[in-house]
Amino acid sequence: MPSSFFFFFFAKMSGSSNLVAMKKVVQQLRFEASINRVKVSQAAADLQQFCMQNALQDPLLTGVSSSTNPFRPQKVCSFL
Amino acid sequence: MCDQTFMAITFGPCDNCSTTSPLMNIYIKNEPTNYCSFCVEMMACQGLLKGETLASLKNESESLKKKLEEERAKLHDVELHQVAEKIEVVSALSIKTRRVLKGHGNKVLCMDWCKDKRRLVSSSQDGKVIVWDGFTLNKEHAVPMPCTWVMACAYAPSGCAIACGGLDNKCSVYPLSLDKNENLAAKKKSVAMHTNYLSGCTFTNSDMQILTSSGDGTCALWDVESGQLLQSFHGHTADVLSLDLAPSETGNTFVSGGCDKKANVWDMRSGQNVQSFETHESDINCCRLYDLRADREVAVYQKDSIIFGVSSLDFSLSGRLLFGGYNDYTINIWDVLKGNRVSMLFGHENRVSTVKVSPDGTSVCSASWDNTLRVSRALGMPWLLVLYSLT
Repeated sequence: MPSSFFFFFFAKMSGSSNLVAMKKVVQQLRFEASINRVKVSQAAADLQQFCMQNALQDPLLTGVSSSTNPFRPQKVCSFL
Repeated sequence: MCDQTFMAITFGPCDNCSTTSPLMNIYIKNEPTNYCSFCVEMMACQGLLKGETLASLKNESESLKKKLEEERAKLHDVELHQVAEKIEVVSALSIKTRRVLKGHGNKVLCMDWCKDKRRLVSSSQDGKVIVWDGFTLNKEHAVPMPCTWVMACAYAPSGCAIACGGLDNKCSVYPLSLDKNENLAAKKKSVAMHTNYLSGCTFTNSDMQILTSSGDGTCALWDVESGQLLQSFHGHTADVLSLDLAPSETGNTFVSGGCDKKANVWDMRSGQNVQSFETHESDINCCRLYDLRADREVAVYQKDSIIFGVSSLDFSLSGRLLFGGYNDYTINIWDVLKGNRVSMLFGHENRVSTVKVSPDGTSVCSASWDNTLRVSRALGMPWLLVLYSLT
């Protein structure tokens, strides 16, 4: 008798925790469904515009001239 | 403490109704409490509206998921690379390794740049955290950590402190002093405490707050001075392996990536999971680009010849280039808009664990399991100007 009561106890507990978890999932999905979205064409155009606008300021894209490059290979000085 | 919600059975007086019975150890608004089973049921039912059962909630969640798919598909009118067809191809890059930082005794797991664009901090499996001067290769500080596998490290925006953590489940902050002889380990300040390993940490816009991600499936925002938990972010169903803040100064969001194959966008103030992206499949090794306003994946960066996974990635300053560190010891550089691979960086003799572009965008640093870090830069073409002037 005590063991069957315990089993019922555990079954009920998992039931309520599933309920709480499921409620959270549904609330999250409701929230996500309600956000505003833009079309991919619009988003892609904006991405492209950002990249183009900042392209000249991107040193990895355009390169850095040797004289201003602190990472250039260090030359060794010699006495003449 | 930041923790996932676990159910455990103890026996004693209930915090709500004071009857002595088997108790559930639950968290309400981040506070641990012990409720008896009856009170837990009552609490769960209070949240339900009339007529809601487990079955009806399941149906609703299925229909909502379908609706989300439809909404996202409706806006998918064109591919990113189609829009980008008209722009010029990225001209041949001449990015080469300029510095190799040697000194760690074991795998380098993480690195971060300082805002002064020359210093970096790196952490390693051997338990050491080293602050380097990237120009002179000087090791400015070396901090021994009490644990091995220091998986995360970050430089404070002021340049006056570093944060690191790993298998010790904590994130500790060390203020950096100018005095080389001072024992930094003595000034250690434990800020974050998780129930599993620390996988990532970063300072927010100031030295005062730290954002952490952990193997316990949560992310958390902490106040450095008091060590208090300001906000916790629950939602991942497996280890969270990485995080990144939104770039703008006023931005209040960050994204986290986890082993549940999801990338979640969070609001830092409310703890709410704002958006979630789940199109990664575990057996395809690629990078995916998700547009937040279109709320969907817009590009995939992959090649049949690449069969190893990516461990870390970072964008160049303009966002045109994507640097990915792979487990096949290379770094692949992708054109973000067109979707093709532009170049590759070789040199590491083991997996690349972290790739980060410097704050001014001039260099990219890669940390690897071969115990070294490499700093690479693009070479300009001043001799081209000479050629033009001669003709």
